[in-house]
Amino acid sequence: MDQSIFLILLQDGVVNGAIYALLALCLVMVFAVTRVILIPQGELVSFAALTYATLDTGHVPASLYLLGGLGGAAFLRAAWAKRGTALLWLAVETLVLPAGIAGVTVWLAPQKPGVAVEVLLALAITAPLAPYLYRLAFQPLANASVLVLLVASVGAHLALGGLGLLIFGPEGSRGPGFSTAMLSLGDQVVPGQSLWILGLTLTAMAGLYLFFEFTLLGTALRAVAVNRLGARLVGIRTEQAGLIAFTLAGILGALSGVLVAPLTTIYYDSGFLIGLKGFVAAIVGGLASYPLAVLAALVVGLVESFSAFWASAFKEVIVFTVIIPVLLWRSWRHQDLEDEE
Amino acid sequence: MPFRRAVLATPVCLAVLITSLGAASADPVRVGVSISTTGPAASLGIPQRNSVALLPKQIGGQDIEYIVLDDAADASKAVANARKLIDQDKIDVLIGSSTTPSSLAMIDVAAEKHVPMISLAASASIIAPMDASRRWVFKTPQNDSLMAEALADTMQKAGVKTVGFIGFSDAYGDGWLAEFTKAAAPRGISLAATEKYARPDTTVTGQVLKLIAAKPDAMLIAGAGTPAALPQRTLRERGYTGVIYQTHGVANADFLRVGGKDVEGTILPSGPILVAAQLPDSNPIKKVALDYIAKYDAANGPGTVNNFGAHAYDAMLLVQAAIPAALAHGKPGTAAFREGLRDGLEGLKEVVLDHGIATMSPTDHNGFDARARVMVTVKNGGWLLLP
Repeated sequence: MDQSIFLILLQDGVVNGAIYALLALCLVMVFAVTRVILIPQGELVSFAALTYATLDTGHVPASLYLLGGLGGAAFLRAAWAKRGTALLWLAVETLVLPAGIAGVTVWLAPQKPGVAVEVLLALAITAPLAPYLYRLAFQPLANASVLVLLVASVGAHLALGGLGLLIFGPEGSRGPGFSTAMLSLGDQVVPGQSLWILGLTLTAMAGLYLFFEFTLLGTALRAVAVNRLGARLVGIRTEQAGLIAFTLAGILGALSGVLVAPLTTIYYDSGFLIGLKGFVAAIVGGLASYPLAVLAALVVGLVESFSAFWASAFKEVIVFTVIIPVLLWRSWRHQDLEDEE
Repeated sequence: MPFRRAVLATPVCLAVLITSLGAASADPVRVGVSISTTGPAASLGIPQRNSVALLPKQIGGQDIEYIVLDDAADASKAVANARKLIDQDKIDVLIGSSTTPSSLAMIDVAAEKHVPMISLAASASIIAPMDASRRWVFKTPQNDSLMAEALADTMQKAGVKTVGFIGFSDAYGDGWLAEFTKAAAPRGISLAATEKYARPDTTVTGQVLKLIAAKPDAMLIAGAGTPAALPQRTLRERGYTGVIYQTHGVANADFLRVGGKDVEGTILPSGPILVAAQLPDSNPIKKVALDYIAKYDAANGPGTVNNFGAHAYDAMLLVQAAIPAALAHGKPGTAAFREGLRDGLEGLKEVVLDHGIATMSPTDHNGFDARARVMVTVKNGGWLLLP
């Protein structure tokens, strides 16, 4: 291996690591606020990527049906529980919003509005799926044990996976790059897409940091993460906090999907494996530490990139083996963790 | 109250009567199909299911009934499907599955119950080495060895001495690596580097750098469907300008759509149906294949046809050719009929299918020869038959 190969692998690892980092952040955040391990995250990645690719061909993506359907179901579920109060606001969120997004998409899609608008449309179509999913599947179980929530999460993953096959079909698509520029740094060529990925990931992370540190809403979310009961006692609505956490996860998941779409062909079920690598990183961070999760995501990306060069047949084995020593160390350090429930 | 009892009894009697009438008017031949319409092999299973829908409901006055189940590319589910189809639906012939592992798992069930089975998966291990179980098993896709030899021949003619190989890290890639190594050695071609990648991988940069560093005369990518476009794209991105060969697993329109400009000039072996319209009129496969393409496109939209669906159609063309002989042995639904159907399939000679011309024998349950393969290249976003 010479220096140029080393640099290419490094670059590849960092770019993939950045996407895993975004997903790891979502997983940590959603788990901290709602105790849900967000397995359907991977489906959001796939759906966003495929929606973006469909939009680029000038067609109206069929994921609009999913948006409308899930929104409608969320409305019925929430309206059933609420009966009367705040129904208007609920209807705006779960019925009017999807209708508006669908209207804009149907109007804009055939005109091939360009990459920037397509990215925004794909985000608008995919991101709301997460809060609807929360209203439909997780809010009614908000006080259940972590295990029940995990089972609900697996269920949501399987259901969305099946719907994905129905909506997008078994074949994959690749979206267009945000930029076709190739920058030369010394003898190293950096594709513009990689810079976009790094730039947007860093922006998202900075945004999250500012949100959690300096806004009232962010502080409230942190309070719920630290102590649910305590947060309730001081007047924070934990359900609202869950909804916001899912909305953020939806936006970041969809963003990851749009970012990864130009790199490779995405299938209806590709997101799961990408999400799984984010999950490995989140676990290394103990599902609690944001900086540790981001660092671990970078390590996962780099391990993946270098093991692909040295021992491609065992790449996945190596990546997922990384988690074993961490789990051993964690179970040795925190033997009383399970008693907290 | 006798009257009321009679009123109640009448519909029951009628129902019994109707059922027995139906049964007397000739038992249909029941065809059980277990394919992967969901899960990782859905891109094979869905066109196969669509092709089953095009199959004739009657062959030579004999009614045919189809029962299609999904195994989601899960071997244990494929076995459960096979048992259900045989025990509950009393099928006469079993078609499936779409993938090699599921097909291998179904062999024992078919052999145990003495039901002829026609697999739609590629691996030669499904029908070889011939033994008491595989006596009942046939398959319609070409053996990988047939394709690998065609590929090695083409490389030899082009003066290729060393090849860089990158394939799926599963049965497909491993099978191709074994077959290609076998075919390449006698033709003076050696493998300069061997790399693996997984179907859902988002990057193969590491593998590709290693391949390029080995400086082979040509590259061979052994992947199925659209995931096989990724190494090719990365090779081009990293400045590789040599010839890239692919396997017949990519011979569908989606590969061209996803690959775009990067797959121009790719050379691959394929079943003749891929370029049916370009075949000479003297080739009997042309008529059969064009007929299937017209039917499929009419039902599913223009340009939707692909090679994988044709394997399912071919399976039924085989059954169709073997039914007359089987009817001489017994009525559908009986063990004698199934035994006769198996013997009939094994005795088929020169049956023209979409993918070739099959001549079965007790040792060869695929029956294809060199007429079941053509070499094609990608030109201007379409397939072009190479002479």
